[in-house]
Amino acid sequence: MSLLSVRDLSVKFAMRDHSVTALKGIDFDLAKGERLGIVGESGAGKSITGFALMNLLSRPGFIDQGKILFQGKDIVHMSDAEMRTIRGNRMAMIFQDPMVTLNPVLTIGQQMVETLKAHRKLSKSDAEQIAIMKLRQVYIPSPEERLNQYPHELSGGMRQRIVIAIALLLDPELIIADEPTTALDVTIQADIMELLLELCQSSKVGLILITHDLGVVSQMTDRTLVMYAGKIIESGRTSEIINDPQHPYTQGLINALPQQTEPGRRLKQIPGNMPSLTGIPDGCAFSPRCEFATDQCRITPPEIVQYEHVAVACHEVNRLHHVTSKGLDK
Amino acid sequence: MLAYLVKRVFQAIGVMLVISLIGFAIQDNLGDPLRELVGQSVTEEVREELRDQLGLNDSFVKQYSRFLGNALQGDLGTSYFFKEPALDVILKKLPATLELVFGATLIIVGLSVPLGVYTAIKPNTILSRIIMGVSIVGISIPVFLTAILMIYVFAVGYGWFPSFGRGDVVHVFGYWDTNFASVDGWMHIILPSLALASIMLPLFIRLIRAEMMEVLQSEYVKYAKAKGIHPSRIYFVHALKNTLLPVITVGGVQIGTMVAYTILTETVFQWPGMGFMFLEAVNRVDTPLIVAYLIVVGFIFVVTNTIVDLIYGLVNPTVNLARMGA
Repeated sequence: MSLLSVRDLSVKFAMRDHSVTALKGIDFDLAKGERLGIVGESGAGKSITGFALMNLLSRPGFIDQGKILFQGKDIVHMSDAEMRTIRGNRMAMIFQDPMVTLNPVLTIGQQMVETLKAHRKLSKSDAEQIAIMKLRQVYIPSPEERLNQYPHELSGGMRQRIVIAIALLLDPELIIADEPTTALDVTIQADIMELLLELCQSSKVGLILITHDLGVVSQMTDRTLVMYAGKIIESGRTSEIINDPQHPYTQGLINALPQQTEPGRRLKQIPGNMPSLTGIPDGCAFSPRCEFATDQCRITPPEIVQYEHVAVACHEVNRLHHVTSKGLDK
Repeated sequence: MLAYLVKRVFQAIGVMLVISLIGFAIQDNLGDPLRELVGQSVTEEVREELRDQLGLNDSFVKQYSRFLGNALQGDLGTSYFFKEPALDVILKKLPATLELVFGATLIIVGLSVPLGVYTAIKPNTILSRIIMGVSIVGISIPVFLTAILMIYVFAVGYGWFPSFGRGDVVHVFGYWDTNFASVDGWMHIILPSLALASIMLPLFIRLIRAEMMEVLQSEYVKYAKAKGIHPSRIYFVHALKNTLLPVITVGGVQIGTMVAYTILTETVFQWPGMGFMFLEAVNRVDTPLIVAYLIVVGFIFVVTNTIVDLIYGLVNPTVNLARMGA
């Protein structure tokens, strides 16, 4: 049985008299200890997916239909009290910006101890011992002193390490990391990612890594989902997706990486922008930006089909594969 | 910490100097003291001689320094009407006013936090809408009108509360008589306190509600939810502590403002405090008393604000008082 199964998940945002669809038909599985990357541009629905998995969508967003089975239990219809026993306990989340994640008026110790006490019957001193142990695991120097410090006394990288330590406090089965290094200095980003990978591997924790950085995904994850305008457009093993992408959008993302361009040349970019939720085009949402789009693409939305080693949602994948592999041969 | 304290005290002294200057300017320019001191029959030569003796012909700076020197020794002049030192007259009235402000503060603190938090957490319930609606009415009606309405309904109409005065007060020490030691005292202070609180209470409910709603949208509240923390702890520990920080700052200023608002409340309820006294002093053109009132109220303002700033520094861990002193 997989750790997490998402079936036909759809998320909507309620407007005054109608609702707009933010996520549609999201389907994927995560095995125990597996690491999954979710990539896409801003507005693709990556973060919303992350929050939906925690059942933490804030109004006006809501889960419209679908199932999220975590360890076999559907969390979509769970009561708040039941959900609280899972959040922070079996399923933990790392937020994007450590500067605003931790509460500024509570000490690190208070914020760690309260998490432990919310899920386990522990004395304060026992909880502090566990907290110190976890801080040591994320290489925080002199962890005993950190417990009495406030977030503003620590650097961004240090704070994100503490957030990771908090995520590990109760030895969860799954960690959802929503762009955990976007807000940090480039020099610290690699350290944090390395730490996250090391901890996930050593304690066999499942990881869902939400990011726009394909380089990070290729180093960190086993499998990858590529999202566009609220849908999964390509999924498969990370190595396949990076080395042999099938969807023109994924190809565009990979071609836009600086490594793909000779020094001194302009980076290749995908023309146009991600559509807003209220203006998603008919047919394939990517068709207005796609150089291979046909009339069919502009009318019928493509279904996800298995092609080569990946699952891809593209009408023209056959022709495209032919063209691009020829192109690469040259 | 100590450096910050010293810095704040110097600032406070600066503000007091400005207030004293304004006070002195009023005294210097409002009417002719000679007219109050001597009758019609005194000749112009004698008046001029008296002016010289009283130092009224000295330069502005010299007169102001004398005024300041006397003020520092607690001499703010002598009330024309009471024929007593102005400061003594005020100090006798001060406890009544402070008790009234204290009563109103109790009501404000006791009600604004629970009501503000409730209306922020459950903004769409009928009760929340009623609270917000009533609070708009409270802010909109002037204090004196609220006070008169209260007397009309609760004192005259239902006869639940007395309509004026302090009732049975119990002597504590010095000039201090308290309302809080007898049933009759309590009955007398309830309506005036409510009237005085009628503007600040809605203001604080709305302020706490707005701050709380903003805090509830913050990342750290969302993060606390993601950690599986119980909602009551999220509301009252994570959110409320952050909500109250700006409220404390506003609160400090408003306590001072409330001392000023007592002029209206005390007049309507015939409350024998310094606000009521001030209005009488204005009617009698009792200039030394007016000036003394101004300086005492300014002093209360400055002291409460300094204390509130210090408390803020202690409550908010991101404010480092030691560093701010440097």
